Amino acid sequence: MSIFLTENSKVIVQGITGSEGTKHTAKMLAAGTNIVGGVNARKAGTTVNIGGKDLTVFGTVEQAMKETGADVSVVFVPPKFAKDAVVEAIDAEIPLLVVITEGIPVHDSAYFWAHACAKGNKTRIIGPNCPGIISPGKSNAGIIPADITGPGKIGLVSKSGTLTYQMMYELREIGFSTAIGIGGDPIIGTTHIDALEAFEADPETAAIVMIGEIGGDAEERAAAFIKEHVTKPVVGYVAGFTAPEGKTMGHAGAIVSGSAGTAQAKKEALEAAGVKVGKTPSETAELMKQIIAGL
Amino acid sequence: MDLYEYQAKELFAAHGVPVLPGKTVDNADAAAEAAAEIGKAVVVKAQVKTGGRGKAGGVKLAETAEEAKEKAAAILGMDIKGHTVHRVLVTEASDIAEEYYFSFLLDRANRSFLAMCSAEGGMEIEQLAVERPEALARIPIDAITGADRAKADEIVAAAKIPAAVADQVAEVIVKLWETFVGEDATLVEVNPLVRDPQDKVLALDGKVTLDDNADFRHPGHAAFVDQLTENPLEAKAKAKGLNYVKLEGGQVGIIGNGAGLVMSTLDVVAYAGEKHGGVKPANFLDIGGGASAQVMADGLDVILGDPDVKSVFVNVFGGITACDAVATGIVEALKILGDSATKPLVVRLDGNNVAEGRRILDEANHPLVTLVDTMDNAADKAAELAAARA
Repeated sequence: MSIFLTENSKVIVQGITGSEGTKHTAKMLAAGTNIVGGVNARKAGTTVNIGGKDLTVFGTVEQAMKETGADVSVVFVPPKFAKDAVVEAIDAEIPLLVVITEGIPVHDSAYFWAHACAKGNKTRIIGPNCPGIISPGKSNAGIIPADITGPGKIGLVSKSGTLTYQMMYELREIGFSTAIGIGGDPIIGTTHIDALEAFEADPETAAIVMIGEIGGDAEERAAAFIKEHVTKPVVGYVAGFTAPEGKTMGHAGAIVSGSAGTAQAKKEALEAAGVKVGKTPSETAELMKQIIAGL
Repeated sequence: MDLYEYQAKELFAAHGVPVLPGKTVDNADAAAEAAAEIGKAVVVKAQVKTGGRGKAGGVKLAETAEEAKEKAAAILGMDIKGHTVHRVLVTEASDIAEEYYFSFLLDRANRSFLAMCSAEGGMEIEQLAVERPEALARIPIDAITGADRAKADEIVAAAKIPAAVADQVAEVIVKLWETFVGEDATLVEVNPLVRDPQDKVLALDGKVTLDDNADFRHPGHAAFVDQLTENPLEAKAKAKGLNYVKLEGGQVGIIGNGAGLVMSTLDVVAYAGEKHGGVKPANFLDIGGGASAQVMADGLDVILGDPDVKSVFVNVFGGITACDAVATGIVEALKILGDSATKPLVVRLDGNNVAEGRRILDEANHPLVTLVDTMDNAADKAAELAAARA
């Protein structure tokens, strides 16, 4: 098993004809992802050849799902048009929607999240502004490099893309059940808690790495969840101990305001929940290696 | 982007939120002129992007134009919590019967928006929120239905706004919602929202934060960028499309890919610095996914132009970015910069095409470049070099 994304997942790409969409569709195919088509209303009915595979471009997500049985969509649509693309996928009730697009206005994210709720949360949204999700050896939906490591028993959930890669690299000899980048925006679909809950229930996941960064209180809420509901060992890392207050660093979410949201507050909350927190990525990986060795 | 009070009020006025007339000036003579134009008692208010201006002496009443000039002269150039006052707002003085508090903001935990309102506004609102949370109404706002008149009435009732002005306050709330949505703000705050002795409701102060991601919908927002107080290195980086933040008191320049990894790099350098006389990171710079030679050259150009920087740490994990492209970028960047590059560079590469990336740097054998295997060791080397040159 793995979480959210499996070897049976059938994936479509919204924005498949754009440069990012095309580039990453090729990489996903090379990683073994079962890509069954793409969506672009203006190029409906055409076929694109990517990585040696002919893929039909459909006019709508609904049509693509009907024709191919797709149950996952990966969104590479530019920020201006992302809201409409996401709303369309929610209306089509696609089970998993991975929104890679960076730079979506937060009012648009708030809108599509409210829309998903109003529609009864039939679509799991990952992102926006995230690297996506990989279940190594099975499927890859997004832009996480598939060649860092292979399948194994660690589950990983992270706000940050490159820190996800760094941690997968440090723990490459153990491997991962699923690694999921939830994105650093202030409003995101899938949270640390959603991923923790799924990893706890996944028999293939033996231990969990959780990576957070400054801003908001998602890590504090995750800590409370871990204390109550997670029996598997969890190792944590939080980036941004030395970030000054009130400065935004790249991710719209990484803003420190006042005491809540600081790396120190997050570390303390996680430790109080029994999570071992590393000071650096390498120390965090070391903690995980010890846990795996002791299992 | 955070706005100044006068900019927030410009947006308020454009959306029909009642504000008092005023003028923003950068010298004392102009303050006198502005006061004379208004023709009655004025308030001279420091324009800085921080709270506590009143307590710091940055807000003064002036009965006459001459007095406005004196007060402006005293306030201009003042330092308020590390912010130098470059401008003052000269605005009509208002008699205040009561002060209320109102804000719309992003509610991350509920992935929606929140309205906060209190009949007890003013300077101690944060204390009020802690000591008597029941006095601060918090009403969730649905992102699709928004704050219509019915929702505004609900907020006003929950906040126990007096009946005499309840209608007016509700109207103001609807207009503030239009400002919040129409301008793509993540915060719209009015403190105080005042009731004057004639029962007229006014936004006496305003704080607005705009969502930079929505700039494509608001070409007019570019005019709010303050060239005067923007750090020159940050301005230069912005002009080149780089995601750069200057950090005061640091000596190690940082370049990396991905916001999370760069933040982590700052931490690792700060820890390493503890062993090397307390050197610290001098900046945040995320070159993102496409690290072309030009992006690397632009990044290095900004960082090497920072007189505080004594050494540079380039920390890249090649995910989508290939390490050979980054290595080529560094070599080309050093060629472009030529003799103007004088500070040592410590480079750590891992991930996609790392062997080729390292080979390119080894072959170039540039005297300023040291290639180190791991992030921890590279941070240590960069801190050591910075300490030696400090």
